[in-house]
Amino acid sequence: MTEQTLLSAKDKATVKAFWAKISSSGEAIGADALSRMLVVYPQTKTYFSHWKDMSPGSAPVKKHGATVMGGVAEAVAKIDDLTAGLLSLSELHAFTLRVDPANFKILSHNILVVLAIMFPTDFTPEVHVAMDKFLAAVARALSEKYR
Amino acid sequence: MVKWTEEERRIIRGVWEKVDIDEIGEELWARALIVYPWIDRYFGSFGDIFTTTAILKNPKLAALGKVVLSALDTAVKNMDNVKAMYAPLSRQHYEKIKVDPDNFRLLAECITITIACKLRAELNPQVQATWQKFLSAVVEAMNSQYK
Repeated sequence: MTEQTLLSAKDKATVKAFWAKISSSGEAIGADALSRMLVVYPQTKTYFSHWKDMSPGSAPVKKHGATVMGGVAEAVAKIDDLTAGLLSLSELHAFTLRVDPANFKILSHNILVVLAIMFPTDFTPEVHVAMDKFLAAVARALSEKYR
Repeated sequence: MVKWTEEERRIIRGVWEKVDIDEIGEELWARALIVYPWIDRYFGSFGDIFTTTAILKNPKLAALGKVVLSALDTAVKNMDNVKAMYAPLSRQHYEKIKVDPDNFRLLAECITITIACKLRAELNPQVQATWQKFLSAVVEAMNSQYK
């Protein structure tokens, strides 16, 4: 299944246009989304027991939020072929991190909540669906190498 | 039965009193139908819901939004008794409307995101977690008669 069957041309255009508006806030978005994920879905904390501090806005959370959104930025740039574009990230998640893919959905939801909070007028239903589809496509690409 | 601390009750009521049922009710189904278009299978009698423009101005959807939020208002006011209060609603959705219960979860996500646009930073991680606990109890209550 190629990316063409997952994201329409309109989806990609919507994602790129919205990303252009918000990308300078990438680190803040990542930090807030991760903070919320850890608080609202405490089962996700099991992946971060090596952190000194998992509280919202802490240094490890901020740093990791920036890392995650860097990955999202890469995905936007490679939106026409996410499988190829995110290959090494997929291998990282499959073989090293071994994050249960159910958690991609949880983090995606929290990214959407943060986008709604930070950009309420831009985050229209049409942008919402395009971003939801995009994050699902990214999750799928990240899951490619799992088995 | 779900247990609520005084703090959680305060938080849930605090979120709810900022929700204008008319305003949010109008947006709710529009967002749900645009983001999860397959739910239009339940809206055969609602007229034109097949384009974004039509969805955004459909009066039946706006009216249904208010119905749903009025039911949620009942849950906020009877937090200790949601399961029992919602049993007839659950049965109705199962036996008469025949709604796949996964839709309750999808609608709950739309409710959270719509509220996030309104409340913005007031919906901090702790508030989101408590609100999520409340919506999960409501979704569970809506699932309760599916047997």
